[in-house]
Amino acid sequence: MELPESVRAQLAGEHGPAMQLAARLVVKAADIMKAERLIPITFAHLDACFYTGQAHVDFVRFLTENGAALAVETWTNNGVVSLADASLRPREEDPEMVEGAAELMHLYETLGTRPTWTCAPYQLPGGPKFGDHIAVGESNAVSYYNSVVGARTNKYGDYLDVACALTGLAPDAGLHRDEGRRAELHIDAAGLPEAWRREDIFAHLIGHHAGRIAGRRVPVISGLAGDAPKHALKAISSAAASSGGVELWHGTGVTPEAPELGAVFGSGETHVVTREDLARAHHELSTARDGPLDAVALGTPHFGLGEFEALVALFDGRKVKAGLPMLVSTSRGVRAMAQAKGWIAALEACGVEVPVDVCTYHSPRVRGLRGRVMTNAAKWAYYAPGMLGVEVAFGSLKECVESAIRGAVWRDPHLWTNA
Amino acid sequence: MRARLLTSGAAEGPVLSLDEPLSFWGAFEPRTGVILDVHHPQRGSCVKDTVLVMKETRGSGSAPGAIAEAIRLGTAPVAIVLAEPDINLAVGAEVAATLYGRRCVVACVSAAELERLRGARRVAIAADGAVMVD
Repeated sequence: MELPESVRAQLAGEHGPAMQLAARLVVKAADIMKAERLIPITFAHLDACFYTGQAHVDFVRFLTENGAALAVETWTNNGVVSLADASLRPREEDPEMVEGAAELMHLYETLGTRPTWTCAPYQLPGGPKFGDHIAVGESNAVSYYNSVVGARTNKYGDYLDVACALTGLAPDAGLHRDEGRRAELHIDAAGLPEAWRREDIFAHLIGHHAGRIAGRRVPVISGLAGDAPKHALKAISSAAASSGGVELWHGTGVTPEAPELGAVFGSGETHVVTREDLARAHHELSTARDGPLDAVALGTPHFGLGEFEALVALFDGRKVKAGLPMLVSTSRGVRAMAQAKGWIAALEACGVEVPVDVCTYHSPRVRGLRGRVMTNAAKWAYYAPGMLGVEVAFGSLKECVESAIRGAVWRDPHLWTNA
Repeated sequence: MRARLLTSGAAEGPVLSLDEPLSFWGAFEPRTGVILDVHHPQRGSCVKDTVLVMKETRGSGSAPGAIAEAIRLGTAPVAIVLAEPDINLAVGAEVAATLYGRRCVVACVSAAELERLRGARRVAIAADGAVMVD
């Protein structure tokens, strides 16, 4: 592999031990991926700021103490604690973890990242554009940036994400290359009724179903509404990344690389989606029987501005049942935008809490929860039973709101009549 | 037999052969080195100081931190031998070597060679990749 002069100098230690380590990691990854060269990136989103142990803190401290400098605009995934609201994670709960997590986040600020603390960075202005090469770690963000934005990234694990941001380079392999971005199978939902394909829950179900079939392959989905809102594309991206490990999907007439099927797919494996497929997906995501609720959890990945608008309209001034926690996780950036519209105040008046900076699985209110929790997010429904030991009632956004007001799972009698 | 070394070093230890891929994050406790995943056939086994033999890992972007943490705490295998090259383990082991001066050799062999290692009692890997089986 031919290395640029700058990398050879870094490897030789001419820019200090931190940049030497970063260069070594990128070159090692390129070697394992059989890349023939390194390519410049314009943006990175880091996952290594999410505390999993002391090694994470030692790594970034080593960088900051040894002259590391970021080469590109670098944003941060959510944390284990909120720097904006310490009460979300009281220190007494686990002092080592709370202090370690906060220290980790402060060290990444010192390194020069933009502290976005969100798993849905694509909802903030100023991110990467079509065709940009980038380095991203968070699985749903990898899927969204590749698929919906048309930027190019592989899923970069912890430390390698940081190494790419420091060197400004990534291995020229996998989804960075045209041949890696062709669809390997076709998932055809065009035969389902159009009204059903426009339901918000449809995006979560088709994403979950597509991930189950595709595994780690690249699927192309046809039959999505051409004017599907951004949060529907987020739902497909995150659901398929959870259920299958999908890092790139195409939607014909919807995502930028697939104006029509032929642009990304020749012929081959095709799956026609039926009503029964989506009913099965719904069944897989709902582990709880319908009944009284212990909480409602929205915002996986972090809630977007369009979703806040829809939520305010669905509440229409009514209130969450007294004593029932309803959490809507988001980023500080989106919260500020929603606040300016008056939506945060409106929702808080309804009894909704809107935590920022933190992952929905790690917010302590969620941690402390047991029993039956309702969500509209396929990703949360997929992981929460294992990670939090709760039972999940999965439903549409409207079903979540009506259930929150009643304090028990409410099912929309008209939802499946469209299907 | 000669392995492709994804991280440099030499190591020797008793073989722990895993029948299923292991996710190093969530399925493994770095404080003790014990496999936690209730779905894993080797649940309860301790990977500390073993030569861990498995076909591949179950991909997780958090695996580098988990292996680095285990190396820091001294609960990691001395070597991990795979049939599929694994960037996450290689990156985690490289970072731990830099931060803590402790090594976990990550090595790659062919699928047929991996099967031979599964039956061995002890394995030694030399710094040039030569593999000695006992």
